[in-house]
Amino acid sequence: MEFIQFFVLHGDEVLRLTGEHLVLVGLSTGGAVLIGIPLGVGLARNPRWRRPVLGLVNVIQTIPSLALFAILIPLPVIGGIGAGTALIALVLYSLLPVVSNTVAGLTGIDPAVKEAAVAMGMTNQQLLWRVELPLALGVILTGVRLATVIGVGLATIAAAIGAGGLGMFIFRGLAMLDSRLILAGAIPAATMALAADLILGRVEQRFGARPTA
Amino acid sequence: MTVASTAVEFRSVSFRHVSGRPVLSEMSFTLSKGEALALVGRSGSGKTTVLKLINRLFEPSAGEVLVEGVPTTAWDPIRLRRRIGYVIQEVGLFPHLTVARNVGLVPTLEGWEPERIRVRVRELLRMVGLSPERFGDRYPHELSGGQRQRVGVARAVAADPPLVLMDEPFGALDPITRAELQQEFRDLQMQLKRTLVFVTHDIPEACLLGSRIGLVQDGRLVECLTPEEFLRSEHPEVQAVLRTLRVSNRYDR
Repeated sequence: MEFIQFFVLHGDEVLRLTGEHLVLVGLSTGGAVLIGIPLGVGLARNPRWRRPVLGLVNVIQTIPSLALFAILIPLPVIGGIGAGTALIALVLYSLLPVVSNTVAGLTGIDPAVKEAAVAMGMTNQQLLWRVELPLALGVILTGVRLATVIGVGLATIAAAIGAGGLGMFIFRGLAMLDSRLILAGAIPAATMALAADLILGRVEQRFGARPTA
Repeated sequence: MTVASTAVEFRSVSFRHVSGRPVLSEMSFTLSKGEALALVGRSGSGKTTVLKLINRLFEPSAGEVLVEGVPTTAWDPIRLRRRIGYVIQEVGLFPHLTVARNVGLVPTLEGWEPERIRVRVRELLRMVGLSPERFGDRYPHELSGGQRQRVGVARAVAADPPLVLMDEPFGALDPITRAELQQEFRDLQMQLKRTLVFVTHDIPEACLLGSRIGLVQDGRLVECLTPEEFLRSEHPEVQAVLRTLRVSNRYDR
């Protein structure tokens, strides 16, 4: 009950940090989509680059997030304390599901369909926009959904380098051994992750579910 | 240089697979406009490669393939392919587009007016025996194999290409549907007089649709004869193919 009391008392701050958190996740997922989908298209077309690049993206994923922040902080230009550095790290983490699903979606298309498209005189651009991306959309959206859900969780850690967000509550709660504070960060974050999963799952069903021949 | 009456010409064309394996060697033939060439031969003999050399999905390793008197390598590949209809065995319909949009795709790419495309699509669907009202808005997965093949044929001829390539277009069908489609396609061909190159394993089909039958073996065109001549040919390879086809006919169906 004292927990509900806490929410009533600190509602403003909960809202503010939730807002910051949403901005962090939105920007980082957006960045991952903007970089990841074109990168995935490039890798799908150049099999020679696929293994090394996907390998690199995979390796980034295995670096513990706190360690990645620590690596980034001393770097010039992109480093330092604050939301900018955190965003770079979050984008790097969100990249893997977007890139690998884009590659999987594009390479999973029936080769007969692609051959028919080329043989009927489609240019590379037409092949990409009219055939490949629409057919891969479902798998790509799954990657975006994964990236978003992962991003919500990871963004809590971004508070460690002063990026704000719900992680502020969690770190403060850990430092003060105050479970109310920890929950005040964890519950909205968990809700956000579930909501993102649900909403993006709907989007995926609406736009991604393509009948297969 | 352009020979007006020649649709397709192979000038000692050789083709090697990327692995270096030779697929075609020194193949030469000339096909006049309005002719229908049936390519027969065992699997792996190089028949499909012949088709893909014509629409420049492949380029010859040696020699020249000429379409309307111009080497395929000198054509803009996009323009070349828009003039060539292509029907493949797997059909390759776009699963995310309706039947009508599949059929209207090349006209769309060519920038036709929407109304003209609509009229053309209706005409084509009727031509291949599908009611535009019933089938136009369906997706490929809602069709039977035979219906899909019909859509594939309609799509290939949508922008009225002077040349049509078909790779076992009726291969995956049951015998009755196949016979119907073959007959319908023959009637169409009689009206439209397109140049046609098609691959088949079915000798009756080759005789019905082809004005000439070419036997491909080990990447060479060993015979190229009219259907009557072909069936009477004493050539040992033709005899062998006729025999194997008869045997496969008896047991496969």
